Amino acid sequence: MDQIILQFLNGLDKGSAYALIALGLTLIFGTLGVVNFAHGALFMIGAFCAVTLQRILTLSTIVEDPTKTDFLGNPAKISTPYVESWFGPEVGATLIDWSVPLAILFAIPIMVAIGFIMERGLIKHFYKRPHADQILVTFGLAIVLQEVIKAFYGANPIPTGAPEAFRGSFDFGVLIGFDPNAIIYPYWRMVYFAFAAVIIGAVFAFLQFTTFGMVVRAGMADRETVGLLGINIDRRFTIMFGIAAAVAGLAGVMYAPINSPNYHMGMDFLVLSFVVVVVGGMGSLPGAVLAGFLLGILEAFASMNEVKAIVPGIDQIIIYVVAIIIILARPRGLMGRRGVMEE
Amino acid sequence: MLGLTKKDFTLFMVVLAMVALAPFILNPFPQGSSLAQMFNAGYPDLMQRFVIFGILVIGFNILFGLTGYLSFGHAAFLGVGSYSAVWMFKLLGMNVIPGILLSMVVAGIFALAIGYVSLRRSGIYFSILTLAFAQMSYNLAYSVLGNPTSNFNLTNGETGLQLLLTDPRVLGQSTTADGSLPVTNFFGIAMRDSYELRLGDWLFTFNAGYYLCGIIMLISFYISIRIFRSPFGMMLRAVKSNQQRMNYTGLNTKPYTLAAFVISGIYAGLAGGLLSSMDPLAGAERMHWTASGEIVIMAILGGVGTLIGPILGAGFNEYFKNILSKINDGVLHQWLGFLPDGVEDFLVTIIHPFVGKGWHLTLGLLFMVVIIFLPGGLVEGGKRLGRMIFGNPKRSTAEAEADAAEQRNTAAE
Repeated sequence: MDQIILQFLNGLDKGSAYALIALGLTLIFGTLGVVNFAHGALFMIGAFCAVTLQRILTLSTIVEDPTKTDFLGNPAKISTPYVESWFGPEVGATLIDWSVPLAILFAIPIMVAIGFIMERGLIKHFYKRPHADQILVTFGLAIVLQEVIKAFYGANPIPTGAPEAFRGSFDFGVLIGFDPNAIIYPYWRMVYFAFAAVIIGAVFAFLQFTTFGMVVRAGMADRETVGLLGINIDRRFTIMFGIAAAVAGLAGVMYAPINSPNYHMGMDFLVLSFVVVVVGGMGSLPGAVLAGFLLGILEAFASMNEVKAIVPGIDQIIIYVVAIIIILARPRGLMGRRGVMEE
Repeated sequence: MLGLTKKDFTLFMVVLAMVALAPFILNPFPQGSSLAQMFNAGYPDLMQRFVIFGILVIGFNILFGLTGYLSFGHAAFLGVGSYSAVWMFKLLGMNVIPGILLSMVVAGIFALAIGYVSLRRSGIYFSILTLAFAQMSYNLAYSVLGNPTSNFNLTNGETGLQLLLTDPRVLGQSTTADGSLPVTNFFGIAMRDSYELRLGDWLFTFNAGYYLCGIIMLISFYISIRIFRSPFGMMLRAVKSNQQRMNYTGLNTKPYTLAAFVISGIYAGLAGGLLSSMDPLAGAERMHWTASGEIVIMAILGGVGTLIGPILGAGFNEYFKNILSKINDGVLHQWLGFLPDGVEDFLVTIIHPFVGKGWHLTLGLLFMVVIIFLPGGLVEGGKRLGRMIFGNPKRSTAEAEADAAEQRNTAAE
């Protein structure tokens, strides 16, 4: 039982990332009808926002301290981050320690801006072009974004730590009445799951309870009629693209401590996110979230040693196998609407 | 001639001449000069890649160019072909023909299975399904099927499948007389054998492996022309322009699209088998989905749905990949040396991210530019250029534009 709960929890953090990326993909597909192959790159850029903020915060002045010498006998160089000299050592150190959560604030404007530029500058011109062209141009963009990041940050993963308070693991089992040490779970993954839940809730609330969201939903259902009512639906869809980009970016920011950001992390997640979107049902937001968590948890269960002993290698392919079965048995996906991308 | 129209025959002859004379064409600069270091591409390894990737993209074009089904998982067939050929070299002998035949058969069966499932959907779903299948094959090849400790080690995982001195090779010998690995050969002609011709300062290399691949590519190209001009090809085009209408006329399009998928899978398997024949080593990275993406890029760069496009695209991609990755800061300084120092350093800093290790960036940008402005690829670019220079007496530009636009719209509907 404790094993099952542990795997369930293990699935949650990957599932959260899948769900967030798939949610953004579905938002874009549902509003603009574009399959965004560059969405993984947005996730990756989000993670690098965290890296960048950490680098900015740790920018340091270097002062030579004549009283001490390093091992070569030269005067020791002491580097003090600017934030520490401005706000005092304690506040400064805390700021640096909390750079990943702070990067959320830092990433939102950047991601929204990137989203706007992408939609207005590039994707706008592809609405009338065939789907294959849309796939190809966003695929090209993904390569370019990835290579730009590689040119600036290098090809190696960059470790980006979580705040001190959330490092390490805690005994989750004790909280729900199991033996001590039965279910040990890292703090940050719990934080990630909670964060994803908040973001997903916020997006749904935004669409459900605001006038803006209502108009967007109306536009998703029938773009033309909404346009005829004198509403500038294009602008609202552009804003939704920005929001979708921000969701992917935030998923990336918070994922940085789990997996050190590298330039191809986006591509790795993208393929799986597509599978998630297809399983959930093209254009269905709840479907994307549900399928994200479902596949994440399935993957975790498949990587249990007991399961692998029965079917070797199942952990590597379970998601694809499930996706193929679902597409063939229920082409619309789990919660797909009738008539969306059905042929 | 050869069952081709005059125009197609001329095209075929041009390609034939290009393939036959490639060692000359690709080596325009004298041996040892600095330009030769950079721009000469007439060495066996690269020439082999030109023609092998040509075969691969010709096959991909039969699927994407004719039916409009965008497969994002074609690298899987390339990988399967590579593995099959290496297994043949391990078990049977070092003659390349059985290896190539097996790689085509295995890739064909593999394509039949994947195509049967994937072709039940079209459009984006098809792309994602093929992507999922390819990624699944990659994961399998990388982990389970490649576990060196298990009895069922098909792919040898991360290390890649290699020839060993202990392999049986029932029709050949396990080791040569001097105790090294035997080399791949075509009835005794070693694939790595080269004849070098020295003319003045120029050195031309004629490689046996290259010519074998070249001949196979010509055969593949010929078959592709015949497919393009056949009623079967016409049917595939009809599927592309309006599949629904085809279904309404009571025609089942599935066998046609499946046949196209299998044919293009066999082409990819053939390319994989040839890659292994030239260098008997197969790794899982050949199946990664970025490899599939590269096939798509080559096809688009050249011109989808045209006959010559795939060959141009594959050649262009391989050639520029090769050149761009060779340019480094030192070379740039040398080239821009005539400029004032400040300007020189500035330009080198600007260009630096686009060359050397950053060649992916340049090709990515180029790919985007082609998609955005030139959906017909190099072939359309050439046509436009020709029209600009020579004019077109028969048709006005407006008509041509309308034509191009129409083609574009039908291109991937």
